[in-house]
Amino acid sequence: MAKRKSPSLQFLSASFVILWLVLAIFPFVWTFWGSFKVEADFFSKADWRNALWGTRTIAETGDAFTAAGYFGAWIQEEFWRAALNTGIVVVSTVAISLTIGTLGGYALARSGYRYAFWLLMVALIFRAMPHITLVSGYLPPFFQWNVWGELPTAIIVLVAINQPFTLWMLHSFFLNIPRDLDESALIDGCTRFQAFRYVIIPVMWPGVITTGLFSFLLAYNDFTVTALLLNQQNQTMVPKIASFLGSTFEAGNVMFAVAAVVSVSAPLFLLVMLFQRQIVSGLTAGAVKG
Amino acid sequence: MNLLTKSALVVGAILASTSLVHAECRIETGSIQMLGNEFAALQAVADRVEECASETIDVSINLTKEFGKLQVAALSADPAEYSVVITDNGALVPLMNEGLVRPLDDLVEQYGEGLNESQLIRVDGKVMAIAFMANAQHLFYRADILEQVGVDIPSSYEEIIRAAQAIRDAGIMEHPFATNSKVGWNLGEEFVNMYLGYGGSFFAAGSAEPAINNQTGIDALNSIKTLTEYSNPDFLTFDSNATQALWEAGEIALAIMWGSRGSSILDDEGSTSQIVSNTVLAGAPSVGGNDKPATTLWWDGFAIAANASDEDAEASFRAMMHALSPGLLEAHNDKAVWLVRGYQPTPAATGVSASASNGASPYPMLPYMGLLHDALGANLGDFLQGREPAEQALADAEAAYRTAAREKGFLN
Amino acid sequence: MPHRTFLGFIFAPLLAMILFIAMPIVSVVLQSFHIEHEQVVIQTETCGPFGCTYSTAIDTAATEQLRREQPLGRFVGLDNYLDRGHLAADEVQHAWRTAGSIGAFMTQLMNLPFYNALAFTLFYTFTVTPLVLVLGFAIALGVNNLPKLLRGPTIFGSLLPMIVTPLVGSLVLFWMIDAQGVIGKNLQLLFDSPNLSLKASATLTWVTLMIYGVWNSAPFAFIVYYAGLQTVPQETLEAAMIDGANSWKRIRYIVLPHLAPLTVFITLIQLMDNFRVFEPIVGFAAEAHATSLSYIIYTDLRSQITRFNSAAATSVLTIIGVAVLLTPVLIRTWRDFNRKRV
Repeated sequence: MAKRKSPSLQFLSASFVILWLVLAIFPFVWTFWGSFKVEADFFSKADWRNALWGTRTIAETGDAFTAAGYFGAWIQEEFWRAALNTGIVVVSTVAISLTIGTLGGYALARSGYRYAFWLLMVALIFRAMPHITLVSGYLPPFFQWNVWGELPTAIIVLVAINQPFTLWMLHSFFLNIPRDLDESALIDGCTRFQAFRYVIIPVMWPGVITTGLFSFLLAYNDFTVTALLLNQQNQTMVPKIASFLGSTFEAGNVMFAVAAVVSVSAPLFLLVMLFQRQIVSGLTAGAVKG
Repeated sequence: MNLLTKSALVVGAILASTSLVHAECRIETGSIQMLGNEFAALQAVADRVEECASETIDVSINLTKEFGKLQVAALSADPAEYSVVITDNGALVPLMNEGLVRPLDDLVEQYGEGLNESQLIRVDGKVMAIAFMANAQHLFYRADILEQVGVDIPSSYEEIIRAAQAIRDAGIMEHPFATNSKVGWNLGEEFVNMYLGYGGSFFAAGSAEPAINNQTGIDALNSIKTLTEYSNPDFLTFDSNATQALWEAGEIALAIMWGSRGSSILDDEGSTSQIVSNTVLAGAPSVGGNDKPATTLWWDGFAIAANASDEDAEASFRAMMHALSPGLLEAHNDKAVWLVRGYQPTPAATGVSASASNGASPYPMLPYMGLLHDALGANLGDFLQGREPAEQALADAEAAYRTAAREKGFLN
Repeated sequence: MPHRTFLGFIFAPLLAMILFIAMPIVSVVLQSFHIEHEQVVIQTETCGPFGCTYSTAIDTAATEQLRREQPLGRFVGLDNYLDRGHLAADEVQHAWRTAGSIGAFMTQLMNLPFYNALAFTLFYTFTVTPLVLVLGFAIALGVNNLPKLLRGPTIFGSLLPMIVTPLVGSLVLFWMIDAQGVIGKNLQLLFDSPNLSLKASATLTWVTLMIYGVWNSAPFAFIVYYAGLQTVPQETLEAAMIDGANSWKRIRYIVLPHLAPLTVFITLIQLMDNFRVFEPIVGFAAEAHATSLSYIIYTDLRSQITRFNSAAATSVLTIIGVAVLLTPVLIRTWRDFNRKRV
């Protein structure tokens, strides 16, 4: 498609993307650069250019760059424990969400009965419930049943809270996969599940990966659920980062938080690079032409 | 501090703590579960509680900034999820309202020989909590700048305003003053301080009826407004982090900040030696010609869960007694203004001590104070932005409080 | 699909949603009709490190007795919904009767916390949602036009605003827009006004919040559209091109209709998420100038003395608000659904 566009349009579209990229990336580059400075530079109230040259960093550490934030977060505050917990929570949440979500989303897309529509609607309205209200409601029974603070509890809650979104998104993607594909398998004598297994699964990856990306981000960035449902031993990264920020009474280690945020974005980079190939190659080759 | 000295310190700390493991706790059995806020001084206390862990004694500690949201639900469970909670004069109230903490008189009598009488928090004659740290908002000033404009150390808000005007007139700073005036809890706290400084009382005697929409309330609001005129126009977003950053950048010369921020302002990070060496902490100023400092005194302490077993309660109390024994001060004397026996005051503690000895009031531990505090914090911002008169702001706060108090069963 | 097969496929998600969302919602609705018991208060003396004061405390034994009789509290019907913290029935009526003009009435209405929050919430929702849709689609088209090799890094870069933890993301941005920060200072230079502060004025705070909202959510619309663009049938596009349709026509008549289900999906999610706007308000310390329904819920639950009944009522009102907001989109989906039904 790209080859046949007029050059001026091509140029306009590329400069638009570049402009957007600058806007999207700039705060992040700024944070990355600043994570090697001291707090007095990165959050300078005196002159923002201090963050560029590291005026106070030189005064306090003798060098324009310091890894003190990283050292403090990862070694002194044992951030790796939180990273490990986040890993467990995120991987489990995404795996469970997608497994049950693809089945449910497929059923909703192919059911044909009115109740499927109403189920989706109700799920969607459910989603409007502010998480903080839900989580506050969970606390008394969870403490009473002695399940509070454990990783599985938080995982199940995250899966459940994210299910309406997952179902909707996957259902929208499944609607885009032509019905004839699996219907013809049914005619060939497959059961519904076999049709799903052999015909739909091979072509559903772009939708699943995009949905998975959002489940991932939800679990990864979640604060309300993990901060209130996990004990200190099972603490995940975001509440841990929040704890670096200090409180009304006590000054925090803000640079630990900045360093932590930068370092946990590195695996994300890899992940997105990996997935985008799937998004690009999947459906065009499979479903539409198949 | 470079990386090398930091790692040396960490290694040193690990060595020191391993050599300190001993059986000083003298507890035989029981399990100790602790919930509390997360900051350095409490971490020090928690580490000492952890020393009591042994084969027969189970210790688990959860220090989190979310402790306030968890504590009521956690202690309501039977048996309670936590046997001991670190609390303060604000956070203890919801626990007492629900009857979730137990009287400690017998434990104090048996094991509390190291405590000062002043550490015991008595409600209705019964010891409900043990305090071990103190805190208050008070004055920070820049000695060099006050000297430059030839102003004495202010001891009242009226003098602070004069000093701020002098600094502005001298062209040194346009906005020389700052305090924690962020809409919400911080602004509510400023009003509470100022109103008590004017000698006001929040409720009609012996009831939960609010009584703030009066001349005292208007005076207090007007004083805050005059002060904010010397503060950066962003003042409604200023929390403790913002005011500390302003101070360390040398943008302000007079500030009302929490005493617990003193040690991190006076350390060698975040600011120039010119600013740090001229930073002085002083008692909270008075207002309106009264003697009493216009601030409230806070304590941090611990309480024991009512729904914990007697054995766990006893073990937890004794573990806390071990944690708060004078050994705590050997390594952590400068981490807080301790109320523990043997504490040596540091320069960072002068503001809190001066405010206390000048007769400042403790933050009121009324069952419904938190509701009024929130109502004030949410409704006074409109007045400070000049959107409505003081009477209207106070009336709004009273109305918001009444709604809340009715829902919680304090008013009809 | 037979009912039994359908149930088999959907069983797990259904169970999770019933247990962790539906049942809590029932409990929340119930609690929104209740208030707490009358508290039995006693006069007492409180002593501590700073001396003794006369004060009051709750007689927990007596209160416990009341609580055991009625664990949910006192039933008050719709009182929670109609009190000053929510729909403020009395206050609105009073304002209507006393205010001389619509302007004066609106001023009084905006002084009530619920309506003040609702005004910002609605304005935010209806500004940010369309902008997110348009920007996201434009970026998706732009990225789709790039050579394959450049797409990977571009996608990653475009997703960054969404990936970075909002908590710290807004902290860094908040500092950047400070009058002394990199964006704030350069805006002062750009507009040549040295006293410009994004934090001090209500209008600028609103603008900042909305720009942040679009910046933060555009990647969501982008990635969904981008995945959808990969499924546009190439044959149809090529056929259209042979018929002489230009780029704009191809987008208008082939791509957009093909992506319609995704547009509906993004609109639904965005309307809902924007209606629950909360994190930027806290992150940008914008409480003085802008509050939202979710923010009110948050303050009720976060305060020292938790107000669950009030938060429950606001939560139910939020759900009702979302339902009303979504109705037009839902009707459209309903028609689509019926059309596609076999």
